[in-house]
Amino acid sequence: MSGHSNWPEWIYIAVVVALMTWVGAEAWNAERLVEEVPEGAEVIKVTGQQWFWTFEHEDGTIEIGELHVEVGKAYKFEIMSKDVIHSFNIHDYVVLMDAVPGRINTVWFAPTDVGTHDIQCREYCGLIHYNMRGTLYVEEPSS
Amino acid sequence: MVLELQKPRPIWQIMFSTHHTDIGLLYLITSLAFLFLGGSLALAIRIELFFPNIEGTGQFIADSMTFNRIFTVHGTTLIFLFIIPFASAVGNYFVPIMVRYKDMAYPKLNAIAFWMIPPAAALVWLGFADFTWYAQPPYSIISSPGPAADMWIFGLKILGISSVLGAINFVVTILKCKHPDMSIGQVPLLAWSLLVTSVIIIVAIPTFAAALLMLLTDRLGLSGFFNPAMGGDPIAYSHLFWFTFHPEVYVLVLPAIGMMYEIIPRFSRKPIYSYNSGVFAFVLLALVSFSSWGHHMFATGMSFTEKTVFMVGTLAAVPASAMHVFNFIATMWNGRIKFSSPMMWAVGGIALFFAAGAGGVVNTAMPLDFATHDSYWVVGHFHLFVMGTIAFASIGFLYYMFPYVTGRMYNEAWGKAHFVLSFVGTILVFFTQHVLGLYGMPRRVFDYPPIPEWIVMNQIASVGAMIIGVSMVIFLANMIYSSGKGELANTDDPFGLGGKYYYPFEAKNPHH
Repeated sequence: MSGHSNWPEWIYIAVVVALMTWVGAEAWNAERLVEEVPEGAEVIKVTGQQWFWTFEHEDGTIEIGELHVEVGKAYKFEIMSKDVIHSFNIHDYVVLMDAVPGRINTVWFAPTDVGTHDIQCREYCGLIHYNMRGTLYVEEPSS
Repeated sequence: MVLELQKPRPIWQIMFSTHHTDIGLLYLITSLAFLFLGGSLALAIRIELFFPNIEGTGQFIADSMTFNRIFTVHGTTLIFLFIIPFASAVGNYFVPIMVRYKDMAYPKLNAIAFWMIPPAAALVWLGFADFTWYAQPPYSIISSPGPAADMWIFGLKILGISSVLGAINFVVTILKCKHPDMSIGQVPLLAWSLLVTSVIIIVAIPTFAAALLMLLTDRLGLSGFFNPAMGGDPIAYSHLFWFTFHPEVYVLVLPAIGMMYEIIPRFSRKPIYSYNSGVFAFVLLALVSFSSWGHHMFATGMSFTEKTVFMVGTLAAVPASAMHVFNFIATMWNGRIKFSSPMMWAVGGIALFFAAGAGGVVNTAMPLDFATHDSYWVVGHFHLFVMGTIAFASIGFLYYMFPYVTGRMYNEAWGKAHFVLSFVGTILVFFTQHVLGLYGMPRRVFDYPPIPEWIVMNQIASVGAMIIGVSMVIFLANMIYSSGKGELANTDDPFGLGGKYYYPFEAKNPHH
């Protein structure tokens, strides 16, 4: 090696390592909080199949392609698939979880504002993957 | 061998040759042909996405199945038929010279490894499968139409064997055939990158080879490894696939970094800042490449612990990559830099490498992954690697070795125009796609709803792709014209850098 000193590189590496440690720690902490499902969250069973979504509420109501939820309540999605892998996605609420046949994956969210949002499939699932879409309606509590 | 076009030979003499530069030339021409073929598919994709389809308007590709086939073959082609063969081309030309040996260790095996590529490419292109480049079951088992899917499986099988044979050859050439006076610590960094890459290939590829066989028997209905209807687990395939193909990402990127290590010191007229840190970072990247495959699968229902482990494994790759960037910048620092085309491409590639890596940190931070996963963010992110870093370094290196291969000089002005247009185009396409992903557009969609932001960003990306397309036409014209009619190069010092190369640029091995 040439005679130059290497300390700028060591400082640089230390900074990068420190930065990555910070990113990792923050991400670990945030994910830990995000994954904690609140008690009493209402369960919605989500089933993906080529090429639409079916939602089953706790009271047995079944919706296809549309999902109606109430603002301020917490919901836990139990996601499964009837055929190939899909990915259940409400991008506006950063809800994303694969629907894998033979497994039940869970993810939760609590809508904060009244409004409508897109539901889509984010894992390639064939011919009409691009149009495997639905709508989320966040509504005022009924009573 | 060298100076091909000044001493024309019948084409079969090159085709049936086992000399390393002849095989290098075959690799080179094949990989460039597939660069243009795969690139045209990308343009077709970008044209289709320029407008959303509203009542039959704005449609360029007939149906979604054709579109799905196009992006599958686009990815498969550019990864397996452009990037990997291009690295083999460079390795074939330069590794024997760098380790001062007369040829590759096993010349016949070398020829066999190359000649497995054309039939494999034919299988991929004649089949035109639709299940994306990672063939996720159970879609690829129960839903994907044959025989295209089966042809893809056989094609990839052959390409895998070809890679392993090539890798064995590089490892033996570098470790066993280097000149006895030369220690491993004197082997140039480009050869080091190919050595490390080859070791990764030998360790990683067998896993995917097994997964491909299981996929095939699953498709034939003989087994149910990945088919939940028969008690299998599709996520097992994801693990096997990414256990091979996350390290494979480093197989793609390390030779590109090796090529930059050739270009940067020469055109900065300074020795590499730290050879040792380059070697160390290569080895470190090879190790950590095996610790991060799970970050492709955060959304498959992984437990918190699994995700944490793979996030840490992924972040561990950042300091090693950053060491390379530091090394490049420190080498250029206070250098008398000459911005010929190779240097422009290499420096542009480093800038985009940095951008790509920064985006990667966002992907791997667990909660953020769920905002970006399988969206256009990911498309932008990995294209900054494969196009922005790897293709840039490869094209830069092609300009660099052009006088070595043809004995003539390319047109410098066209080379610079090629770079400027490609650089602007790459930024327009792939930076925009990052933002598009944050707005929620999924990958691999034939069409999208007419959301104004999505339309605008898709159009910016498509315009960028067209700019890259134009630059590639300039590139092709330059290569064809200059190899026949370009100025004769001064092969001692074709770029007028003065000073000595680390090995004689005009060095060549006699034919045998």
